[in-house]
Formats: sequence, structure tokens, C-alpha cells
Amino acid sequence: MKKFLLASAATLAATGAFADAHSPVKLGVVLGFTGPLESLAPAMAAGAEMAMAEVTESGLLLDGVTVEPVRADSTCIDAAAATSATERLITGDGVAGIVGADCSGVTGAMLSNVAVPNGVVMISPSATSPGLSTAEDNGLFFRTAPSDARQGVIMTEILMDKGIESVALTYTNNDYGKGLADAFQTAFEEAGGEVTISAAHEDGKADYSAEVGALAAAGGDRLVVAGYVDQGGSGIVRSAIDSGAFDTFHFPDGMISAALTDNFGSGIDGSTGQNPGTDSPGAQLYQEMASAADYDGTSPFSAEAYDAAALIMLAMAKAGSSDPAEYKDAVMDVANAPGEEILPGELGKALQILADGGEIDYVGASAVELIGPGESAGNYREVSFAEGELVVEGYR
Amino acid sequence: MEPLNALVAFANFVLVPATAYGAQLALGALGVTLIYGILRFSNFAHGDTMAFGTMAVIMTTWGFQALGISFGPLPTALLALPVGIVACALLVLGTDKLVYKFYRTKKAVPVTFVIASLGVMFVMNGLVRFIIGPDDQLFSDGERFIITARDFKTLSGLDEGLAIKTTQAITVVVAIIVVAILFWFLNKTRTGKSMRAYSDNEDLALLSGINPERVVMYTWLMVAALATIAGTLYGLDKSFKPFTYFQLLLPIFAAAIVGGLGSPVGAIAGGFVIAFAEVTITYPLKKVLGYALPESLEPDGLVQLLSTDYKFAVSFVILIIVLLFRPTGLFKGKSV
Repeated sequence: MKKFLLASAATLAATGAFADAHSPVKLGVVLGFTGPLESLAPAMAAGAEMAMAEVTESGLLLDGVTVEPVRADSTCIDAAAATSATERLITGDGVAGIVGADCSGVTGAMLSNVAVPNGVVMISPSATSPGLSTAEDNGLFFRTAPSDARQGVIMTEILMDKGIESVALTYTNNDYGKGLADAFQTAFEEAGGEVTISAAHEDGKADYSAEVGALAAAGGDRLVVAGYVDQGGSGIVRSAIDSGAFDTFHFPDGMISAALTDNFGSGIDGSTGQNPGTDSPGAQLYQEMASAADYDGTSPFSAEAYDAAALIMLAMAKAGSSDPAEYKDAVMDVANAPGEEILPGELGKALQILADGGEIDYVGASAVELIGPGESAGNYREVSFAEGELVVEGYR
Repeated sequence: MEPLNALVAFANFVLVPATAYGAQLALGALGVTLIYGILRFSNFAHGDTMAFGTMAVIMTTWGFQALGISFGPLPTALLALPVGIVACALLVLGTDKLVYKFYRTKKAVPVTFVIASLGVMFVMNGLVRFIIGPDDQLFSDGERFIITARDFKTLSGLDEGLAIKTTQAITVVVAIIVVAILFWFLNKTRTGKSMRAYSDNEDLALLSGINPERVVMYTWLMVAALATIAGTLYGLDKSFKPFTYFQLLLPIFAAAIVGGLGSPVGAIAGGFVIAFAEVTITYPLKKVLGYALPESLEPDGLVQLLSTDYKFAVSFVILIIVLLFRPTGLFKGKSV
């Protein structure tokens, strides 16, 4: 009996040690696979998972551990569902960091209810609400997407450059929509423009004639739709075009998607918009990598998701540990200068530099530069629509 | 000209869209009310039954389009309707055999049926997403407009445009035809009469030799037809997205209850009450009054009774008021 016990103990110890050296690091990918952003989530998850595969293949992270993605559904709108999904990832799967969530409301809920109490790092690729800049995060929360306070200013500049000084504004009734609408209205009115009406719309509703009726009655040169393309945003646009209420629109990031031109074709010719994006060499490189992996790298926030995952893993390498309490302070270090600039596809090289004790400045697919409370400084792509196609006008 | 402009603006943003929306809700509510009246439970799976029927129609439409079959200026989807109805009928009859029949033979209480229908709803929800995906699908073709806002302006010389979409007109016309057939069926045919008898008094109907399984089958067939037609008309007018169909359940139930659950006339009235309440009460009268009143009286503000945020509150306030004063709904349905 004694021998048996001894033998089992020894086996246990041996397997334990074995597991320690080679058990994979798990990273959560919490995105809205169902819900208002479900058409964007697949390309975002693919981006994050490509970064993880790249690091695993290099075999250079923390003595060659592999990185395993674990997906969970944030639903984008249901804070309770997102919270319990994240809880499961942390307590059940034991993830060392989280890429996500996508929508601002659930991101805030996950941060304060799960990530902060459990001390797990979260990097969101797409939560853009200005409110998250001041959220209590113990240094655990970062985002590779810029705050909408910045987007409001950029939108104002684009519209003012086109000589549009009076707009009607509708936003999706949640943290993202409200935050962006307020930021835009403030910036636009400061610049001397007029917002004739600022009306919320609910997502996923059956009919938007009432909202469009109100927007049309208030009038304006253009309708600004701060909504989601898979949700009420498209419903509003469809109804506005059909009733002849507005001919041209301005679309912030939640609306820019292939679905927009698929749905409306030349119906939105003359409209404008912007979404986070950059013409840096990293973006180009990333798109090539994405097409090779058979998904759309130009899909919004896909590049940001790749960068979010990459930052977590590079910070782990820099800190020499996959413990969030230790690597959270390294995130800003690897994201910003000084150091060797790192583009997508060069994660192996970056890990080598870090292993040799060098410095890196992660540029990545979206020209990452983290400022203030750990959010992207923000590069935007200005787009317009002509003959049913999306045309890139430039970068701001 | 000024009063005409006011009238056109009001028609364009309130009358036309609310009528089309009301017709869609009415067809949906008819399905809910039939199940409630004859099978005696609130079918929560109705929104997703609509989604399934519409999905079948969309896929058939794609097939027709690939074969080059079209319906002239009308949407091809109308040709595909019978196929969709058959597919939807097979689904609901299958569901009835698998799920509801079990509870019916056990004479389960209505609340058991309601919860079972909730389960069916989730399964259908998943089934539709599994087959066609969660994304928006546009399947309307043919002429989009009978008259566009721009054409109307040039034709009439007015400042305001009036747009009438083909789909809006089709919705209203089809709804009228379907309702007429339904009422003829319920009132004049033997099967319709036996359905009404079964609805009024189940035991008495059984005693007089009515076969309950036949009544149940016919009910499901009619529900499948109504759901597919309502879903397709809605999808043609707006767009098809499984999530939205699931959300449609709420206004449809509100319409059925306001009209009186179990009463077909009530379902139609309820549909229009809910649709007009949503659109009218939150409509800012600024433009209309601007045209209708002399210049000195023109309003500066939006003249909006309630912000559009409250449009759902409006329909539910109506629902509560109706239930408070007429618990059986406007048209004497069964009490809830």
C-alpha cells in the first residue's frame, strides 16, 4: 500500500511538473458572436487567433508554451450573459488574459464584475465609449481602439470640410451610441454646426417609421447614424431612403461594413463616414496575412483584435510570466517607443528580441500607440460612397 | 397648396408606413389568436415560425432567380410563397406531433403549453440561424417603388414628397385578400365551423362527432400559411433577419391582446392600433403645422408629444388601459 501511494505520488508529481512546463497559456476571446455585431465578430476572432497561432508556432513565448484561444459569446448587449461567460473563462478555463469584449456596455460590465475582482487583464479591440477611459480598472484594462471622444472630433472635421453645418443625429440606445452621439454633438456645436435633433433608436425592432418621421420633421443636410449596421442602424437608413427623408448620410465606425454597401448599393451614394484604420505598412501586411488565412482583414476591428492578442502575449514575454498581476505593467512598455518597431507577422522576431533583453515598440496592424489610461491614440479612415462602392478618401 | 403639403408630409411619414406595418402586425396577430382560440395557449414560437417560413420562401426565391423565373414588376418571393407555406406547415405539424400532442393527450394545463412553446421557440430560432445564418438577407426584387418621393414632387409640384413602395401596397392588398379568405373559411365551410365549435366548447364539439386531431391539423396549416405570409411581407418591406423576427413577437402579442385573444377581428384591429400608436404619438408636428398654420403661428420647436424613445411605452400603456377596462380586449376575446 505504501509503495502504491508513493508510486502514485511520484507519478502525480511527475505529471504535474510536466504540465507546468508545457501546459498551454489560455487566452479568452470574448466577442459578440451573436447579437448586433455578429457580422463583425468572426473576422475579429480570426485576427486574435491568428496572432496566437503565430506565437505558438514561433515557440518563443515563456520557454515554448503554446497559446490556446478559448471563445466565449459577449452577446454585445446582454451584460449578465457576458459577465457569466467571462466568469466561466476565468474560473473554469483559467485564462491568463482576455481579448474583448467588443461592445462598450458589456465591456464595462465584464471589467468591473469579473476582470477587476479576479485580476485578469482585458484588452478590448473595439469598445470605444469615452466612459471607459475613466473606469476603475487597477491597470488591467486596455484598448487598441480609440475613445469616441476622438471620433466625435474627426467626424466634425469631415463634415465641416464638406460644408455641412446642419445635421440630424440618431444613435443606438446604449453606451456606445450615446457616448459617440454626445461626443459628436459637443464637438460639432463647438465648431459652429447645428444638430437639429438627437434621437435614440432601439436595436432589433420591427419598425423605424416613427424615428425616421421625427428625424425628417427636424430636418438637416445629412443624417448621422451612430448605430450598428446589423441592427437598427440599417433599419433607419432603409426607412429614411424609402420615404425620401434623407438622401445622404454620415456613418461612424459601427456602420462601416461590407453589409452596408450590400444592403443599400447606390442608394447611399454621396454619403460619408469614418472608422478606425490606418494606411501604415502594418495594415497592408495584415490584410495580406488575412487573405492568406482566408478571412477579410479589412473588416472593422479585425486588425485591432490581432493587435490586442499580440499585446497580451508580448507583455507576458516582457514580464517573463503569464500572471496578469505581473504582465499588466508591461503592456504599455511593449506597445510604445522606444524599441524596435514590430509589424504583424513579426511576433516571433519580437519575442526573440524580448528574450534577448531588448526593447520593442509594437506597431502592429493598426499602428498601435497607447496613450493616457491605456487606449489607442486613434487613426481614422475617411470613406465615402460612390456608385454603390466604398471609396477610401484618406486617413486622419 | 400649403394644406396639401401638410397632408402629404403626414401621409408620407405616418399614414403609409403605419398602414403597412399595421397590416404586417395584423397577419402575425391572426396566427397568434387562432392558436390561442383553438389550441388554447399563447404560442411564443410564432415569431420564429414566421422566420422559418420566410427563410423557406427566401431560399425558393433564390432558386427561382437562379432559374431566371421572375414575376414581372412584382417580387419573385410572391411566387415562392406556396413552397414556403408547405415547408412551414411540415415544420409546425412535425412540432405538433413531437411536442404539443404529448401534452394534449395528457390534458396539460395551458401554462405547460406556453413553456413548451418557449422551448420550441429556441429550437426554431437555432434552426433558422443554422440554415440561413444570422445575417440580414435582402430578397425583394422587381419594382421597388410605385412612386418615389422625388417623382411625386415633380409630378405634383408640391414641396413634400410621397413615397409608396411596391411592398407596402402588396402588403396591404395581400393582407386584405388573406383576411377575406380566412373569414370565409371560418364562417362558411364545414371545417371552419367545426373549428369554431371546437374553440367555443371542446367537449360539446367532441360529442357532436368533430374529430379533434383534424381541427388541430387544420389550425396548424392555417397558422403556417399566415405566419409565412406575414413574415414574407415583413421581410419584403424591411429585411429578413432572424433576430428581428424574434423581437417582432412583442408587438404581435400586444396587438393580439389589445384586440382580444381568440378574436380574429380583434387581431386585425389590434395590429392597426399598435402600429398607429407607435408612429403617430411620437411624430413631431413641426413640418405639418408649419404648412398648415399661418406664418405667424409657425412653431419653433419640434412639437413632439413624446420622444421616440417612448414609442414602445405607448403601445404598452394602451395594452394596460385596455386590459384594465376591458380584460377581454376590444373585441371580446377570451379573457387572459
